[in-house]
Amino acid sequence: METTAALTEPSQSLVAQQFDNLEQQRGAAQLGMWVFLATEVLFFGGLFLAYTVFRSLYPRDFAAASHHTEVLIGGINTAILLFSSTLMALAVRAAELRNKRTLIRLLLATALFGIAFMILKGIEYHKDWTDHLVPVLNFEWHSPNPDHAQIFFWLYFAMTGLHAIHVTVGIFVMLSLALLARTGRFTTGNYTPIEIAGLYWHFVDVVWIFLFPLLYLAGHR
Amino acid sequence: METTTHPPKTYWKICAALMLLLALTWSIGYTDLGLFNLIVALVVAITKALLVALFFMHIKSGSRLLRLAATVGVIWLLIMLSLTLSDYFTRGWVPLNH
Repeated sequence: METTAALTEPSQSLVAQQFDNLEQQRGAAQLGMWVFLATEVLFFGGLFLAYTVFRSLYPRDFAAASHHTEVLIGGINTAILLFSSTLMALAVRAAELRNKRTLIRLLLATALFGIAFMILKGIEYHKDWTDHLVPVLNFEWHSPNPDHAQIFFWLYFAMTGLHAIHVTVGIFVMLSLALLARTGRFTTGNYTPIEIAGLYWHFVDVVWIFLFPLLYLAGHR
Repeated sequence: METTTHPPKTYWKICAALMLLLALTWSIGYTDLGLFNLIVALVVAITKALLVALFFMHIKSGSRLLRLAATVGVIWLLIMLSLTLSDYFTRGWVPLNH
């Protein structure tokens, strides 16, 4: 009898003792995550601010430097992240509908697309290195104003690097959740952890949505 | 069963819209529109971000409190950008005798 009750309505043990019910607990977790994401907006925001200031100071040099980025890899990576975000949204739905098998598959697929993103990013960074585009370490520029181009590539590596760290964290979060989901803990009424992880993954997607046009398509090619 | 998430069809529609917008921003990148290159790129990026936030992150169906928290993050960013840029963009407007 007790197990049937646990399946039809959330059992009390799913709710931490400081909350009245599951709905209140979910609301607190969501608010906490959105506040964290607001701090993340400002974390990345500092770099976007630096980008805006320097691009407004040296628009031509930024356009010239931007032409040396790998737009094909950047574009494919954008599509990969957009698609993985769709899978993540479907994963949250699977968790809400208590569909364990679908949830695990979608979490793994999301992580897999994240890994594909990182592999392409690695190939791209390697190409940037052989093209002598890495500031300080091996930067060579045969067009006017190498200093200004170097500022662009400093921002390129700082912004995509910080983003890549976030993707890496996201991959580990998805893999951990997929592993934990096997116990059925997210498909017995409390799918909040999946939802919260989803918010993080979508945020990382949104950051890249802005990075792609700003870094790869600055000035027409 | 009433759900807070959307039916899969909605998510796939948003996915298709995001891919179309990506194709748009990518192709605009190869056309010389002058200043409008940047404007179109930003408008498309903001539209994509809104689609992700409204549907994938469930802000559209979310509580007022969550909408407020999400908006505040962007407003703080705009304050930071506008205050700093109001300095950089207005330097040289007033001749200073150093």
